[in-house]
Amino acid sequence: MATLQFREALRAAMTEEMERDDDIFLIGEEVAEYDGAYKVSKGMLDQFGSRRVIDSPISELGFAGLGIGAAMNGLRPIVEFMTFNFSFVAFDQVINNAPNMQYMSGGQFTVPIVFRGPNGAAGQLGATHSNSTEALYSTFPGLKVVAPSIPDDGKGLLKTAIRDDDPVVFLESELMYGMKDEVSDAEDYTIPIGSARVAREGDDVTLVAHSKSYHIAMDAADELEERGYEAEVIDPRTIKPLDIETIVESVVKTNRLVVIDESNPFASVASEVTHQVQDRAFDYLDAPILRVTAPDTPAPYAPNLMDAYMPGVDETVDKCLQVLYAK
Amino acid sequence: MADDSLASESASGLNGSSDEGAGFPDDFPHTARLKQAGVTTLDGLRDVDSLEDLKGIGPTYAKEIAEALERYDADESGDTATKKRSSPLSGDGAAEDEPEGPWTQQSIDIPEGPIEETVSFDTYPAGQFSHDELGFSDDEVVDLLRSMLLQRRFENRCRQMYQRQKISGFLHLYIGQEAVSTGSVSAVDLGDDSIITAYRDHGMGLAMGMTPEECMGELFGKSTGCSKGKGGSMHFFDAEKRMMGGHAIVGAHLPLGAGIAFAHKYRGEDNVCLCFFGDGAMHQGAFREACNLAGIYELPIVFICENNQYAMGTAVDRAFSKPDLFKHGYNFDFPCSLASGMDVFSVNKAVSDHVENYARKGQPSMLEVRTYRYQGHSITDPAEYRAANELDQRKSEDAIARLQQYIVDRGIATDGDIDAIDEEAEQKVVDAIDAADAAPFPDEEAIYDDVYTQEDYPFIA
Repeated sequence: MATLQFREALRAAMTEEMERDDDIFLIGEEVAEYDGAYKVSKGMLDQFGSRRVIDSPISELGFAGLGIGAAMNGLRPIVEFMTFNFSFVAFDQVINNAPNMQYMSGGQFTVPIVFRGPNGAAGQLGATHSNSTEALYSTFPGLKVVAPSIPDDGKGLLKTAIRDDDPVVFLESELMYGMKDEVSDAEDYTIPIGSARVAREGDDVTLVAHSKSYHIAMDAADELEERGYEAEVIDPRTIKPLDIETIVESVVKTNRLVVIDESNPFASVASEVTHQVQDRAFDYLDAPILRVTAPDTPAPYAPNLMDAYMPGVDETVDKCLQVLYAK
Repeated sequence: MADDSLASESASGLNGSSDEGAGFPDDFPHTARLKQAGVTTLDGLRDVDSLEDLKGIGPTYAKEIAEALERYDADESGDTATKKRSSPLSGDGAAEDEPEGPWTQQSIDIPEGPIEETVSFDTYPAGQFSHDELGFSDDEVVDLLRSMLLQRRFENRCRQMYQRQKISGFLHLYIGQEAVSTGSVSAVDLGDDSIITAYRDHGMGLAMGMTPEECMGELFGKSTGCSKGKGGSMHFFDAEKRMMGGHAIVGAHLPLGAGIAFAHKYRGEDNVCLCFFGDGAMHQGAFREACNLAGIYELPIVFICENNQYAMGTAVDRAFSKPDLFKHGYNFDFPCSLASGMDVFSVNKAVSDHVENYARKGQPSMLEVRTYRYQGHSITDPAEYRAANELDQRKSEDAIARLQQYIVDRGIATDGDIDAIDEEAEQKVVDAIDAADAAPFPDEEAIYDDVYTQEDYPFIA
């Protein structure tokens, strides 16, 4: 094991895969000469040269589409969006071309591509730079959506995503890039897409949370422990396909579920988890499923408003106490 | 600073070379006669009011001299304010005098103006090229006709099959444009070079050798279709022939074309991508983005605008601020040409030139092919926006009729031979209809096939 920042773990994943396979290249804004807007690709230009680490102009529609075309013609592109907020100007490419090509061509063309970059709010950036896109991209069949919460998962899942023959949306976070943790340096370290991680075991209540929200869930679990409740925390790691079995198994044990998801609430990941759990484990539930999400508003700027906007530990503990009928 | 030589140097712009007293450049035309007439330098030439009045210089020579002078001045004046960089993806293609590094090499010392640019566009009019000069044998000319007739018979029958409700959904017919597909396909290495096009794709598919059976099967929604009944009219694909689709969102496939060309270049192949699109696609931002990326990465691609005069019902000259579409490529420093789409030889010559002179050398380029669609935008469009007699006038320039006439005039084949070829094409289409009719629809379980390569889909069962 090595102690790495999240960004270093992601870089290790890309670097190891690019060393293994010449068909993989990285393209995006500022990925090469600038060393990456958030330094994820730092040093990669020096290692791989300008043929494989490619600066693009501010042209998301263009370079996302270029990546898809290159994938149709046998390459394995990694397309970096500086943030997923900017993926919206490439939306047609990501949702209409990448996931539909295999289907519409009767299986003749696959699109092995990774769209990666930070997702969700990252402080006081205002509404246009604070969108959570995981539910949106998960709604389109043909795409896979991955959203790791710790560096080790980041490395293992990114390597798997790069090897995957389907298009993968890989969601990171500006606020987590500097987070340090143990990361496996085992040779060929991969984590399968579609498998959740039970991060903490407990019998009283199940918390499901991905990406940044996972860390809120873990802090809330500590606080619940002090109050005498054992929470089970599940990080789905992959939004699509969703490892619903692991979640249902936990709910069958705890009979209570709180989903933490920093997205806006309507048609969110939290909504989908809620639906699927009531569908499969209705008789096991001892309380309504509750959600902790951003409010149904755009993200604000003022610091107090932004604090109110983001899901927090207190709110999560409060919702857990509600489903435990402890309040 | 009233020094003349300094003033002259400053006026000559960034490159700054003064030609005072330098006589004429080596390749300058008619210099002997000019010298006889007392003009011995370029500056002296610039002072002449009327070239034609010089002794020994007639109107033809005067024109050639004037043009040469204009070209020379354009080259010398440093006529752009910024020098183009070569692509970092192109290896050691950097020019010797190009400084290396990511920093800007654009000057903010603005040259004295006005900045003038001289640009020329090649044209490929109808009736200018013969098959032998393009390297076609007599048999190959007959093959071109065979290809075009197959497309027309196929499309005519599609219309009928739609009326009989065998074909559903959107159906965009290619009738009138057959010279574009056939002329282009015969200009590339089929199976190695890639072709991508928009939703009016039947003609291109057939010209590339997709069988009428798999094409008609797809239109009927049958499991025997090229896309197993998952794509329909607008989504023909053939991976083996490198027919990269059939794409139905206007303009969205242009960046894909750039990516396909990128992959050819990345692997060090000699292959190119022909990227076809309609006049309407040029309004999309995707056109600009794809062209710009192709330009900076020096991709082996030809952007071919198949201008059939109407974007759905909107006439091309109603929708463009600059209706000479081929000139739009100039904004990306592409070589640009204009070709007739009503003569298969003009198309072939134009596409060959663009492929061999530009694309295979890593220079993206733009070709506008002017053509005309005889049918409405789609099968349900009666095309009432057309002028009276417009269709008849355009049909009088029909590309198939032109090729038939050419073949007969040159004694390549007789009218009887041509009739036989036409009947053969018709029979192939009828057989394809019978085969499509007899073929099964896809199994219902097939709805879950080819969504993911991963086999345990659906994820929600």
